Amino acid sequence: MEFKTYSSPHLPVADSVRSMMQRVLLALLPGIICFSWLFGAGVIINLLLAGITALFAEALVLWLRKRPLATLTDYSALLTGVLLGLALPPLAPWWVPVIGSLFAIVIAKQLYGGLGYNPFNPAMAGYVVLLISFPLELTLWSAPATAPGIIDTLLYSFTGQLPTGDALDALTMATPMDAIKTRLGLSETLSELQGSPLYGSFAGAGWEWINLWFLIGGLWLLQLRVIQWQIPTGVLAGLAATAFVFYAYNPDAYSPPLFQLFSGAAMLGAFFIATDPVSACTTPRGRLYYGLGIGILTYVIRTWGGYPDGIAFAVLLMNMAAPTIDHYTRPRVFGQGN
Amino acid sequence: MNRSATSFSRPQLSSFKTLHHFHGGLKLPGHREITASMPIRQAELPPQLIVPLQQHIGAAAVSLVQVGEQVCKGQLIGRQAGAISACVHAPSSGVISAVEDRPVPHPSGLQAPCIVIDTDGMERDSDEQYPLLDYTRLTPDALCKLIRDAGIVGLGGAGFPTQVKLGCGKYDIKLLLINAVECEPYIACDNRLIQERAADIISGVHILQRAVEAESCIIAIEDDMAQAEAALQTALQQDGNNTDIALTRVPEIYPSGGERQLIKVLTGEEVPSQGFPADMGIICQNVGTAAAVHNAVVKRQPLLPRIVTLTGNGLVQPQNIEALIGTPVSHLVATAGGYCSDVERLIIGGPMMGYAVTDDNIPVTKTLNCALAVTADEMPVPPPAQPCIRCGKCTEVCPADLLPQQLYWYAHSSNLDAAQDYSLFDCIECGCCAYVCPSHIPLVQYYRHAKTEIWVREKQLQSSDLARQRHEARLSRLDRIKQERAARMAKKKLALAGDDSRKDNKKAAIEAALERVKRKKQQADSTPGNTDNLTPAQQQLIDDADRRRRQQQEDRNS
Repeated sequence: MEFKTYSSPHLPVADSVRSMMQRVLLALLPGIICFSWLFGAGVIINLLLAGITALFAEALVLWLRKRPLATLTDYSALLTGVLLGLALPPLAPWWVPVIGSLFAIVIAKQLYGGLGYNPFNPAMAGYVVLLISFPLELTLWSAPATAPGIIDTLLYSFTGQLPTGDALDALTMATPMDAIKTRLGLSETLSELQGSPLYGSFAGAGWEWINLWFLIGGLWLLQLRVIQWQIPTGVLAGLAATAFVFYAYNPDAYSPPLFQLFSGAAMLGAFFIATDPVSACTTPRGRLYYGLGIGILTYVIRTWGGYPDGIAFAVLLMNMAAPTIDHYTRPRVFGQGN
Repeated sequence: MNRSATSFSRPQLSSFKTLHHFHGGLKLPGHREITASMPIRQAELPPQLIVPLQQHIGAAAVSLVQVGEQVCKGQLIGRQAGAISACVHAPSSGVISAVEDRPVPHPSGLQAPCIVIDTDGMERDSDEQYPLLDYTRLTPDALCKLIRDAGIVGLGGAGFPTQVKLGCGKYDIKLLLINAVECEPYIACDNRLIQERAADIISGVHILQRAVEAESCIIAIEDDMAQAEAALQTALQQDGNNTDIALTRVPEIYPSGGERQLIKVLTGEEVPSQGFPADMGIICQNVGTAAAVHNAVVKRQPLLPRIVTLTGNGLVQPQNIEALIGTPVSHLVATAGGYCSDVERLIIGGPMMGYAVTDDNIPVTKTLNCALAVTADEMPVPPPAQPCIRCGKCTEVCPADLLPQQLYWYAHSSNLDAAQDYSLFDCIECGCCAYVCPSHIPLVQYYRHAKTEIWVREKQLQSSDLARQRHEARLSRLDRIKQERAARMAKKKLALAGDDSRKDNKKAAIEAALERVKRKKQQADSTPGNTDNLTPAQQQLIDDADRRRRQQQEDRNS
């Protein structure tokens, strides 16, 4: 009788891209819940808009490229949309997530060849395009736990109509990180700021909890071995170490490491964004350096740069360096000398 | 994973008490329990035995028999050809019915020269009497010769001729390592062999140790082979002359049964990438080989049967079967109760490194340790490959510390130089990377393909180098001839030009000759020649002729 032949190994496959992406999305859930609980329906609207646009854009380009639409089900486009949506302020108008998502999928991902071929993190590329093109819209953060209701948010998002009697300024406020940076620059001391409502229990008010939940989701991914420890460790260590150096040098002028670790997109960046395998380093040692680079650059951009958070730029800069880092960090092959 | 070894019996080998670990590897579902608890079954004698001449690494054996010839059981039918080769013996008595190409176990379903024996069921032994020997009195060389003449090759799977590996005193061996780590899932033939014939193995180990004059010896066994381990322990305790064999348990991590990986686990040292264990003073032999060595030296029997694991959900009665070399796999399948109706794939070897074959009409060889018949439920058709997302899971599990995704990238784009630069040839094709790949890329296939392409390219390079050398040699030869001729001509020309007087002499000689000819011609025209000393009769004839000529002239004038 004629048997079927396949190449070894023959044991059934252990994992799939689809299930990896699924687990990443699941791991994001605690952070997403906390985020939307603090910042209201705007978060969910952003996620939906960005996610749906990403899927639509991916499907469109796959159709144009005459590729099987089945690859849509690998969740990679959805994940890109979700990560982008998470980076956007909850009061951003509807076209912000849509444009960002379109850019991320069509230009940053598919025009480079689609999944596996993009040199830059698509979500961060989309975010940076928005940040540079629409700086005003990207500052529309409300104060934690004071977000307008779902109807008001929807109305504002799609029509720009503010809830009656409110001014935009009354709804929005700078993120704690931004505010603390500005006020440290105005020679207020950190100890003064730590007493202000900007400061929560140990980091930026509200943001500390979002970061904590993203940290928990990230640790779960580590435990599942969906991601490896090198990149998150590198990012957090790079960020904390740099922050510590400056904080130790002048504790009144620089925010402490813990504040840096639990503010802005630090945990989201370390566990979910920097770990995008396609655009990151692949050698074990290279990944550690890659993470460290992101951590240090994030601190530098946060402290001395013109933008509120540094994760996106740091990730894109290190994306550029990834092939070079990989080249110089090849592991020693079994039985070969150093 | 750096746990300390559990050494039994006489642990003099203090230096091997700590285990080390190699990078990567996998904890795989064992599936060995299917057959590991059932006794080895003897296969019935098949009507026909197909004995390939090449069942080992190296040169194929040369057939010594003719079609129609009667052979006895154990008779030498193929002699080894060259230094790296092994001989083959008739596994049973019968008549040679063909010496021709037959399908052999091979990933590409190749045919290769085989000796086909129609068995007579008599199991006739050769009349030759081999004296039983006391191996403790034999020299290492003599032992190696006995092992060579028994046609023994590494029975773990690679099939390297054992006497070549032992080196016969060529190496300074410190450690003899007996590999009882059967790390591929499903395979349990060594496990059963140990459980049933531990004493034979220990005896074989002593012989091997003597043959390589190793200072120490370890038997390494996987930590999930408790019964086999107990059997070995008992055999060691009952063994009279056991002084220096240690038994060490190694963790069950695929591929810890690989020679290089096992040496790393036990000694912490890595066999050099281009080198051999013997360079480090280590020789590694499989337990099956040790048992075969015992048979060869103590019982004076060549390597005729081997144990094959017949397993998988595609078989009705999976079990370990001892079969004569040359027995068709289809015959073993029948012994194992035949196929289930939903069998889909037949794999020769284990599920990680074995190859799927299209047909079971192939013979058991010295290295065939497992025939795995699986259903689609057990091993479904691999899903279509997706793009590599560089997740690095392959790097995490690679026991050779390679960067499989980079190798894939270069192999995929036929960038062979870069693939070699990334140590493609250090890949042991264990399949760990492809097993964990979430994109389901058949990575090992790409590496094999790239290796083959590089071999082909190197061969072409060699032949084109040769052609170029020949062409260059021809050009230089033609050039040399041309130059020599030119030099000769120039020399001649020079000689002619340098001697003017000779040229004048020649001219004068020619003129003189012409003068002589001219003079001669004038004389011939004026006077009749040859008229001296005429007899009166001749004169009379001449006068008559002159008169007639004059008469005629006058007649014409008038």
